[in-house]
Amino acid sequence: MNRLKGFYVYAAVVALLPILFPDNYFVTVVGATILLNVILAVGLNLFIGYAGQISLGHAAFFGIGAYSSAVLTTRFELNAWLAMLVGLGLVYVIANLVARPILKLKGHYLAMATLGFGIIVNIILVQESSWSGGPDGLGDIPTLSLFGFDIDTDLRWYGMIAFFSLAAILVSLNIIDSRAGRELRAVHGSEFAAQMMGVDTVRTRTNVFVLSAMFASLAGSLFAHQQAFVSPESFGFGFSIEIVTMVVLGGMASTYGAVFGAIVLTLLPETLVVFEDYEMLIFGGILMGGMIFMPQGLFVFLTQKIRTVLNHRSGPSPKPQDAQKTLECDS
Amino acid sequence: MLSEVKLMFDQIIQFLATGLSIGSTYALVGLGFAIIYNASGVVNFAQGEFVMLGAMSVVGLLGAGVPYPLALLVAIAIVTLVGFSLNKFAIEPARGASVVATIIITIGASILLRGAALLIWGKDIFSMPAFTGDEPIQIGAATLVPQNLWIMGITVILVLGVRYFFDKTLIGKAILACSCNKTAAGLVGINVKLMLLTSYGLSAAIGAVAGLLIAPIAFTSFDAGTMLGLKGFAAAILGGMGSSMGAVAGGLVLGVLESLGAGLISSGYKDAIAFVIILAVLFFKPSGLFGFKSVDRV
Repeated sequence: MNRLKGFYVYAAVVALLPILFPDNYFVTVVGATILLNVILAVGLNLFIGYAGQISLGHAAFFGIGAYSSAVLTTRFELNAWLAMLVGLGLVYVIANLVARPILKLKGHYLAMATLGFGIIVNIILVQESSWSGGPDGLGDIPTLSLFGFDIDTDLRWYGMIAFFSLAAILVSLNIIDSRAGRELRAVHGSEFAAQMMGVDTVRTRTNVFVLSAMFASLAGSLFAHQQAFVSPESFGFGFSIEIVTMVVLGGMASTYGAVFGAIVLTLLPETLVVFEDYEMLIFGGILMGGMIFMPQGLFVFLTQKIRTVLNHRSGPSPKPQDAQKTLECDS
Repeated sequence: MLSEVKLMFDQIIQFLATGLSIGSTYALVGLGFAIIYNASGVVNFAQGEFVMLGAMSVVGLLGAGVPYPLALLVAIAIVTLVGFSLNKFAIEPARGASVVATIIITIGASILLRGAALLIWGKDIFSMPAFTGDEPIQIGAATLVPQNLWIMGITVILVLGVRYFFDKTLIGKAILACSCNKTAAGLVGINVKLMLLTSYGLSAAIGAVAGLLIAPIAFTSFDAGTMLGLKGFAAAILGGMGSSMGAVAGGLVLGVLESLGAGLISSGYKDAIAFVIILAVLFFKPSGLFGFKSVDRV
């Protein structure tokens, strides 16, 4: 069970934190946001990190999930879990429809197309106010309940989202080690060579795009019920960029890298709040600096640093892994 | 019936005229994208911030009592310096980074510049005085303010100038050589670093001019650059990434269609129209209207 070592460590930390600090704001509130972002980042990492594609419009799927849950539960009084499933189904259909034309594109054209898709969805949410509530958003979204238990405290929400984040990581890890995952990496390495080996590259890319969109939709539904309020602002271009940044700054092509990115990128604004007016300036600076000095991402950078330190202490030992290739999107 | 048709026709002329002037700004922003992309293969998501900084600098300088024409020139100079520093401190050290990494670096730069503008000027929305008054002019069925003419006129001059620069001057040709093959350009004695610096400066200056032109009719604030930047990117993609004149054409097409769409279909969806067009075009021509079909190297 060596393969899942990291997963067990993660699960243990996630489970222990609220037991040790049950009333800590940073654990139950910020922690829940981190776990929600973990679902998003791990999902998008499959598409960006492993398939080597780019999406600057992922917040749209997050938004579609959230609004499906919000609209169906408040206006049609549908069961929340059912609404979540409808949202997932809707995203499945939409992602499949968009994937066909969009995934033909490469590099910057793909970036533009996904960005455009995200902005269009966001504008629809703002404009179709008759059902979406427009720019003011939708409130009074009922909370989730499980076996008669209402998920109505911060701690319970933490547990609920933690469960889904664990599931997301497990699914992601298993996909990467499956045939589909190897196909993905083959597509990333060389699409042409993968085709030669008999990989249906179009289908592989479509599937991973749809899957990562569904991760986002699930996170969106949870978000809507947790916040009890949604507005288009949460699902704009800025948030799309944030998710991409989690994946890339954390470390592409590594599930734990994405987890790490989600943790850092959620904590960063929380801690930068003390700088008030300087917050944006510093955040931009950190983003630039991080990418310039650690183009492989924080996770790879730190693990390599730790490894060199350890190697130094224990004398000669195997070379640090330098198998991390530069990831290129338009090659 | 006849008068209705005439009214409709007049309206369309009006939409075309405003579309051309807003399209001219998109064209300039798109041109900035194309120049940097050509020289360094980077899509600069901070291009919109150049536009914002140009306009905000003028507002700031005017507030400090600098005379109007001088303020315009100083603003362009400031933004050009910002362009130089972007290249020097962000792009040059990150050479060899992947596409996604450079995208995040330039997005980081755009957040940084917006943050700086927020610190200096706050969240207020500013208006900038027009170059030559606000007296409306009647041209046929369309009513324009003088600023519209300034926008279109200066855009034409700038575009021709950029074209001349790349086609005829030694520096322009050297930049093009760098975009083809940096190593080869270096071997024939071209200072590649200097050429990259020049193209970032040029692109920033063009962005600043776009800002000066549009601010008098559209207001400006610390976050005014974001949407303009994205539209400029859309213009550059529509024309085919890497084609300067394609970006200009793309900008004009977007501006006109957006203005027609906003007027005739729905003004709420104005910003969506540009992106719907982009998606539709990419669906049929995956490398833009004037882009070269990319050849994959295996």
